[in-house]
Amino acid sequence: MTPPQRRRRYPSQETAEPHPTRPKEGPEGDTKAPERLYVVAGPDGERADIDLVTLIVARADPPPSATPEQTAMLRLCTAPLSVAELSAYLSLPFSVVTVLLTEMLTTELVQARAPIVRQALPDRSLLEAVMHGLQRL
Amino acid sequence: MDFKGSDTIPGPRTEDHLPQTAQAAVKIVIVGGFGVGKTTMVGSVSEIRPLTTEETMTQAGVGVDDNYGSESKTATTVAMDFGRISITEQLVLYLFGTPGQERFWFLWNGLFEGALGAVVLIDTRRLEVSFDVIGRLEERGVPFVIAVNSFPDAPRYPVADLRAALDLAEEIPIIDCDARRRASSRDVLMTLLRFLHSLARAKAPT
Ligand SMILES: Nc1nc2c(ncn2[C@@H]2O[C@H](COP(=O)(O)OP(=O)(O)OP(=O)(O)O)[C@@H](O)[C@H]2O)c(=O)[nH]1
Ligand SMILES: [Mg+2]
Repeated sequence: MTPPQRRRRYPSQETAEPHPTRPKEGPEGDTKAPERLYVVAGPDGERADIDLVTLIVARADPPPSATPEQTAMLRLCTAPLSVAELSAYLSLPFSVVTVLLTEMLTTELVQARAPIVRQALPDRSLLEAVMHGLQRL
Repeated sequence: MDFKGSDTIPGPRTEDHLPQTAQAAVKIVIVGGFGVGKTTMVGSVSEIRPLTTEETMTQAGVGVDDNYGSESKTATTVAMDFGRISITEQLVLYLFGTPGQERFWFLWNGLFEGALGAVVLIDTRRLEVSFDVIGRLEERGVPFVIAVNSFPDAPRYPVADLRAALDLAEEIPIIDCDARRRASSRDVLMTLLRFLHSLARAKAPT
């Protein structure tokens, strides 16, 4: 029995660059997706560069002026917590959490610890550390 | 959007708190078609109960013209499971079980950008559901390994046949796994890490 055969959709994709490429602006300023998809995400203002695994830590107790969302967020991240976990515990979409956090970073209610991302030249000691951690599982 | 209010929100259990020393996180994505075992794999190795992050999108109807004049849109909620493994007091690893359809990937800004690598789970009964995902990872330059999930009635192909069918380069690891077992899922992740390490060595031998 032979398995079905995959066909490459485009030739010479093997030379894809190691850096993740950001999608380019289309001619009509239509970004990101090949299909016309829109994220529903509250006020569509500026957003900080927040990744799913950016770690968020509260810098202050909720001020009297804090909204319920901000209060909930600050209570959750007294210890470092990823944005993905915040989204899960708050049952809010990632995009909404991102918008809320952008504001809270600006007003210095929280601190963000950036993730370590894949590099063109990978950091071997990082990979070794992850392997050691997995071995202990 | 109905917000629950801060009193009713369950947070992490005390034992799930990361230490204050946690400085940075890395992530690995587990991709594959519908029902191949992504959630199972995330759950079997995660130190926390797997969580779900959701995103809502609307898709403008394409080629749908049965509603005269009104632009047809459908709202879809897309869920993604994830888990966590503490590596050191400073470093945390997150695993994301990512929907197979690439059109969902951009919903989560930074999901693939920056991931150390990917595990492609395949079910040999439905090999073709993974073709698209493999192509997309290649296009994005995300390094990956193939894990063949052991479903009882699934055909068992020799690795060489699978490699040829998936049109994979010789160096890309293909391993069997049982996503329900922690040790097996851990071995898959170790295989990915060893592969990433070999790529790093090849780029900067010393
Ligand atoms: N025999 C066997 N069954 C498995 C294995 N991994 C997962 N399953 C079963 O396959 C079914 C689907 O697994 P899920 O983990 O939900 O798959 P998924 O990829 O998350 O599915 P979707 O999120 O719906 O796309 C479940 O009933 C699992 O118990 C495996 O390695 N072996
Ligand atoms: Mg699932």
